[in-house]
Amino acid sequence: MSVLIAFSTIVRKEVYRFIRIWPQTLLPPAITTSLYFLIFGKLIGDRIGTVHGTSYMDYIVPGIIIMSVITHSYANVVSSFYSTKFQRNIEELLVAPIPNWVILSGYISGGILRGVLVGSVVALISLLFTPLHIHHWLIALTIVFLTATLFSLAGFINAILAESFDDISIIPNFVLTPLSYLGGVFYSVDMLPTIWQHISLGNPILYMVNAFRFGVIGVSDVDITLAYLMTGGFIFVLALFSLILLYRGTGIKS
Amino acid sequence: MNALSIRNLRKTYSNGFEALKGIDLDVQQGDFFALLGANGAGKSTAIGIISSLVTASSGSVNIFGHNIKSETNLAKSCLGLVPQEINFNQFDTAKRIVLNQAGYYGMPRKIAMERMETCLKQVDLWDKRDVISRRLSGGMKRRVMIARAMVHAPKLLILDEPTAGVDIEIRRSMWQMMKELNAQGTTIILTTHYLEEAESLCRHIAIIDQGRIVENSDMATFLKRLHIDHFILDLAHPIETLPIIHGYSLKRISSTVIEVGVPKDNNLNELFAQLSAASIQVISMKNKSNRLEQLFVDLIENKTQKEIA
Repeated sequence: MSVLIAFSTIVRKEVYRFIRIWPQTLLPPAITTSLYFLIFGKLIGDRIGTVHGTSYMDYIVPGIIIMSVITHSYANVVSSFYSTKFQRNIEELLVAPIPNWVILSGYISGGILRGVLVGSVVALISLLFTPLHIHHWLIALTIVFLTATLFSLAGFINAILAESFDDISIIPNFVLTPLSYLGGVFYSVDMLPTIWQHISLGNPILYMVNAFRFGVIGVSDVDITLAYLMTGGFIFVLALFSLILLYRGTGIKS
Repeated sequence: MNALSIRNLRKTYSNGFEALKGIDLDVQQGDFFALLGANGAGKSTAIGIISSLVTASSGSVNIFGHNIKSETNLAKSCLGLVPQEINFNQFDTAKRIVLNQAGYYGMPRKIAMERMETCLKQVDLWDKRDVISRRLSGGMKRRVMIARAMVHAPKLLILDEPTAGVDIEIRRSMWQMMKELNAQGTTIILTTHYLEEAESLCRHIAIIDQGRIVENSDMATFLKRLHIDHFILDLAHPIETLPIIHGYSLKRISSTVIEVGVPKDNNLNELFAQLSAASIQVISMKNKSNRLEQLFVDLIENKTQKEIA
């Protein structure tokens, strides 16, 4: 019971934080994705025609939604946990009788909720440009949930290992954004030369983008089962690594 | 029962600095205990280990019989910590800070709300409960930390320099609050650089120096070791030269102020009689420094001199 209360307290604190600063957390993705839909989907997309039998606008909507989920679930946990560490209010959690897995799941839940909320905002905005008919609800929802979980965990590890504010911007800027753009958000890997098709298959984000695209419009460049296995495998490894870091007190204890 | 029991506690940081060199310490339930030491002596490291913020290199710590390694959560439940530096989210209100802490200790919301109200009223911050904490004064921020530490009604409360940098009025109100908490049964461990504070509040004292406990006794016994009290006397009329009074050491501070060293065996009546005989009129008198400060300085300095020798 007390563990559940501690968990809900962390989640409530996290949700309150990103709702309180909504101009920084919810408004920018709404504006950015509106521009994506307008410029890539509408202005350029009309000249591209169809991809795998669907309009270019319909093709990029799932990619842009899942890209927002990735970016914001990661950003939520990395910034929140690093600030907690930086301001030393992590000590509030460390002195209290909270198991490490509760601390981890509380922060990850905060990241998932923000990722899902931002994904929902982007999905609503996409309705201004194209009707959204979900092909397979269960796949769409589970992939969003798993993707948000995976990148929340990645953000958590980044925050634990970071020693400065520079360290929490390096991964999003130099790893996450390039991998997202190269993960088939705006194109099908079939459009690439063969060598680049093979290289792209090494990008884990490609699997999540395509699995979600399959859930929304029924089109994918990759095998859905493989996408689930890969995402689940990464979640397991990153969760284990996060717990080891917490247990050892890396970055948070002397 | 001991509220705190420490055995052979050692801490060596990754840079090789040995902050604690095997300390043993017992604090009895209900005690008001002073843990003193100069900056860098090892106080904060010891407190960090007790409160699970620092990992010990070796040794054991038990809080009300619960080992902090094998019964971590039970040990943590007994402990409240008021750290030296402000460590709450300064964008949160006092109410939210205290409520969150109650939640971390697994307190149901309804009870947490009641405890939060009680604790904020106790530290006189109920009117400021909805103010963003970074807008509070330094003294108020410290009181927020006290309310936060008390919200789960800990049996052992550690206050690490709680009155540093706060004005005398707030300091005195905090002393009163600490006394009341102790009277209600909370065991308190206090670290402070204001030795007057430790002397007036605490019943037992331990002094850490360079990672070792160099003194551990009750306050009254410790203070009896002071052989000479120093007083500052304000004179009614200026004097040019000091009289020689046997058994007392006199030092001229200015033409109307002198310092007198009075050994424990001598009395003040004799001193004043001799001053009157020398036509020196005293209009006021005060202690040069508090007694604990004198002993503390003597202890640390003697130890350093022995080490040099």
